[in-house]
Amino acid sequence: MNIISKLEQEQLKTDIPEFRVGDSIKVHCRVVEGDKERIQIYAGLVIARKGSGLNAAYTVRKISYGEGVERVFPLHTPKVAKIEVVRFGKVRRARLHYLRSRKGKEAVAVKERPSIRPVKGAAAAVAP
Amino acid sequence: MSLGLIGKKLGMTQVYNEKGDAVSVTVVSVQGNAIVQVKTAAGKDGYSAVQVGFDDQKEHRLNKPLQGHFKKAGVSAKKVLKEFRIESDEKLPSTDTSLSSDLFSIGQYVDVIGTTRGKGFQGAVKRHGFSGQMQSHGHMMHRRTGSIGCRSTPGLVWKGQKMPGHDGQVRRTTQNLVVVQSRPEEGLLLIKGAIPGSKGSVVIVRPAKKKPIKAA
Repeated sequence: MNIISKLEQEQLKTDIPEFRVGDSIKVHCRVVEGDKERIQIYAGLVIARKGSGLNAAYTVRKISYGEGVERVFPLHTPKVAKIEVVRFGKVRRARLHYLRSRKGKEAVAVKERPSIRPVKGAAAAVAP
Repeated sequence: MSLGLIGKKLGMTQVYNEKGDAVSVTVVSVQGNAIVQVKTAAGKDGYSAVQVGFDDQKEHRLNKPLQGHFKKAGVSAKKVLKEFRIESDEKLPSTDTSLSSDLFSIGQYVDVIGTTRGKGFQGAVKRHGFSGQMQSHGHMMHRRTGSIGCRSTPGLVWKGQKMPGHDGQVRRTTQNLVVVQSRPEEGLLLIKGAIPGSKGSVVIVRPAKKKPIKAA
């Protein structure tokens, strides 16, 4: 295999849950203060996913004290300890930038998907 | 004035360091370095140096004198030969020392020498960083060189006047780059930042001249 893609492969996380645009997630961030480390949770709505491989990233939007906040996390960064999917959303867009112009209750209004969707690759595993 | 390695630039990627920050690195393959000849000041060469070979190649592609040169050193035929000057005879390594990327430790500063990518015939804006002129407001001299001198005094264009011409494909040294990872088993060096040359080009990695390692 190409050496550079091998180097990138080594750094990919394997424990990332499957989540899509529209899902609500909790991002467990590692925060280092002096020599102490603690976990800070950043909860919000995934409004975009971009990139592939090691460069993959996702944008999480939340309303904090009435002010919209967006953070972009690299998918494979070691600074995120865990990603927790809280709610599955049903959306018809790849990017939910239209939420930025919304106010109040509507700002996070995303329909819930009724059930957990089939995990990618699971069907293929059953077939043989 | 110390021993370095010859390598091949493989390309760039990013790695996460122990703090969790992403660091842009250039991957350099230094697999297949070997000492071909050691020159001594006391001997007939009259100066101290190590000749290093890099990248194996088929022996029949070399002429007889070169084949004999590698045979004498007991190493396989190499594509590239470079010499590293050493301060004195005492610091010379022995002929049978094996070279690998563990010559450089993590966190060490290195200089990387390579041939920059050729850009062909370029104008003064790209080649020398001229500002150019306004694009609009009636200007019709967008990226031209501008004045190249005065009038009858001095009555000539000074030598060295910056003008359009061939750009790139020259030997360049990028100094004081940090070694982020050194992987002897794969023959790889991961060096922070960009280095001169295209992917696949031959580069020289040496300890940084201006940031010597402090004696422990």
